[in-house]
Amino acid sequence: MDIWGETRIDFVGKRNYAFLLSGMLAILGLIAAVLIPMGRANLGVDFAGGVSIQLKFEKPVAIDEARKLMESGGFKDSELQEFKADSKLLIRLKKPEGDVRKISEGIINVFTNGFPDNKFIIDSTEEVGPTIGKRLQKDALWAVSISLLGILTYVAWRFEFVFGVAAVIATFHDVLAVLGIFYVSGKEINLLIITALLTLAGYSLTDTVVVFDRIRENLRKRTKETLAQLINRSINEVLRRTIVTSTTVLLVLAALLAAGGEVIHDFSLALFIGVIVGTYSSIFVASPVVLLWKKK
Amino acid sequence: MSKSIPIRLTLISFFFVLAMVLFLPSTPISKDLPSFWRNNVPKINLGLDLQGGMHLVLQVDTEKAVANHTQRLASSISSLLIEKKAAITSVKASGVSDISIAYTGTDTKDIEKLMDSNYQIFKKTRGAGSEIIYTLIDGEIERIKEWSVSQALETIRNRIDKFGVAEPHIQRQGINEIIVQLPGLKDTERAIALIGKTAVLEFKLVDETGDVKKAAEENITPEGDELLYQRGTDKETGIVKQTPYLLKKQTLITGDSLTDARVAIDSQFNEPYVSITFDSEGARQFEKITAESVGKRLAIILDGNVYSAPNIQERIGGGRAMITGRFTHEEASDLAIVLRAGALPAPVNIIQNVTVGPSLGQDSIEAGVKACIIGGILVLLFMMFYYKFAGVIADFAVVLNISMLLGAMAWFNATLTLPGIAGIILTIGMGVDSNVLIFERIKEELRLGKTPRSAVDAGYDRAWWTVIDSHVTTLITAAVLFQFGSGPIKGFAVSLSLGILINLFTALVGTKVIFDMMHQRRRVERVSI
Repeated sequence: MDIWGETRIDFVGKRNYAFLLSGMLAILGLIAAVLIPMGRANLGVDFAGGVSIQLKFEKPVAIDEARKLMESGGFKDSELQEFKADSKLLIRLKKPEGDVRKISEGIINVFTNGFPDNKFIIDSTEEVGPTIGKRLQKDALWAVSISLLGILTYVAWRFEFVFGVAAVIATFHDVLAVLGIFYVSGKEINLLIITALLTLAGYSLTDTVVVFDRIRENLRKRTKETLAQLINRSINEVLRRTIVTSTTVLLVLAALLAAGGEVIHDFSLALFIGVIVGTYSSIFVASPVVLLWKKK
Repeated sequence: MSKSIPIRLTLISFFFVLAMVLFLPSTPISKDLPSFWRNNVPKINLGLDLQGGMHLVLQVDTEKAVANHTQRLASSISSLLIEKKAAITSVKASGVSDISIAYTGTDTKDIEKLMDSNYQIFKKTRGAGSEIIYTLIDGEIERIKEWSVSQALETIRNRIDKFGVAEPHIQRQGINEIIVQLPGLKDTERAIALIGKTAVLEFKLVDETGDVKKAAEENITPEGDELLYQRGTDKETGIVKQTPYLLKKQTLITGDSLTDARVAIDSQFNEPYVSITFDSEGARQFEKITAESVGKRLAIILDGNVYSAPNIQERIGGGRAMITGRFTHEEASDLAIVLRAGALPAPVNIIQNVTVGPSLGQDSIEAGVKACIIGGILVLLFMMFYYKFAGVIADFAVVLNISMLLGAMAWFNATLTLPGIAGIILTIGMGVDSNVLIFERIKEELRLGKTPRSAVDAGYDRAWWTVIDSHVTTLITAAVLFQFGSGPIKGFAVSLSLGILINLFTALVGTKVIFDMMHQRRRVERVSI
């Protein structure tokens, strides 16, 4: 089945608009990448250190009451979030002073005494000391760097150096864009999100490699086209595949988003946005970079 | 080409059957399977996020281990120098790895000679006034640190074995960290208390002449004494009470001389207590101590807390003693466990603790499986709708892929986590990609006017390297994730990379054989794609 016939869209001709958009996304991401290690972001407990407790109550809890209770218990800077559907309450306290174990015990006590006739079970607790958070941040940075280096090496070996550089630029762009979007929307940056970013780096690269493969193949045929025309033709030739694949992956991710549960909601969201950005960048970022470089 | 169809079909069926044989024992229908099957096949482990449990990262205080060791060395150096009649007044440990020897004469040659021949692990760093400072050499400090971590690992493993948790996972991480994973654990507080106890057991005499009240209130302890407390919780009121004790600093006997510790019940008060047994040397010492101190009180101290300080009625032979202290049965049995497993060489600090309740785990499994089914069905339908019969072939590849992935996970005893389920779902989406690449190629060839058969062959040939390239790049990131990730993230990397490897096989071999079979049977006029 073919929904549309052969396309002849002038993708590289629109590269200046694309560069403008990508530039903004990348700058946003860079700002986030600078501010996040400085702690100026909604860092997850795993990175910031602190306590995160999820309680499941018998009856729904009014979040204002819970907040008052926490304040009177001496936990001022806590963040509360409720999951109304199953009367759950998520309490987070970042970078607390003192022993994290004592703090989580204290918080649990506050609720045991504060809501004596609304019993709860502890769904999960996470206590992270301040030093380990710093280290996890460093590890995450290393992981991203190593995987980008691995990708650069592989693509440069399989294609040409130019393609490797273009692929890494596009991949960087995607990682930064999603990071930036998450930063601006105030979503929590945690280990799972970093995992999602690395995964999307892999996905976005797959997409880029498919386009590059076609460009290389067409380059070998030595047609009389200009490079821009050849790149355009190559993108158009694989466009169908790009769209079909992205659609299937988005379908699955939509299922994860809708039914996967609260734990991996943001993880799936990062991948979902990432697949869209990754598809866009293989067409509008990676290929034009090759063009710009080769034209020189 | 077509001759190999039976071989390829056999290979595919073999892998599929193998996958099922491996995977079925990990499913809920496991209990209906014959026992030889169920018991002899490795199973997929459920991660802590799916079954609940506790993940702890402990940091061994290696500095403290070195300090403790230096302290012990100081006292043995002291006895050596006294024995050899060196002119010294005291040997003290100071700082982490220094000992200072205070001497009386003017000549330190004797002391230096003795130190050089007996304690080569020390080097003289400075001498000032009437003191010489010796410092542990770096190699020795490293060795003690290394030993303290491996010893702590061993001790914690022992304690958890005796506590009885199914499939605990205890391993070292980095220089001085230990990871403890206790799946399915319910009483997390108790486990933490058990693991975190340093369990240094000491026996010291109570200073009967000293003024405890004065010591506790004004913080003045007589020379050679120390002030420790007995903490007790009143079972009715829940109020914590602290009783001060003035004790002689000298440790008479330590937990190192224990051979056994077990819970017993006091028949008179029906209260549990811990009965301990000393080794022969310990028994001899204990008999001597009790003989010399009849009528005095002997304090039993664990990690700096006084447990009890019974009056010595008579000389105690046979190497047995009891620790009482109004325990609950659980407290007594945990105390017995830590005493049996031995003391940690240094305190451990919990630097990360992730606990997932069993009900959240259950919720997560249900959500994950539901998302998996919905996502899978959506993809299968989409492929059938878009690629018609070829889509059905791709769907066959997806089903093959997932079953082989689950089989492989069981084979490797891999751990399935919630992100791991996400990895499986993502594998479905990305696995379809190879088929899409191939199908689009076939379509292009058909448009060029090739016969169905040569279009299919050309499609596979031309897409081959693209498929490989796209898979390898994802594999690179998966490998990095595996290397750096912990717990749930590692689980994600495992299912993603296994899925990708298997997908190479199912996409390039699994689907091709069906096309080949079709073309072998009859002349195909057109491909439904």
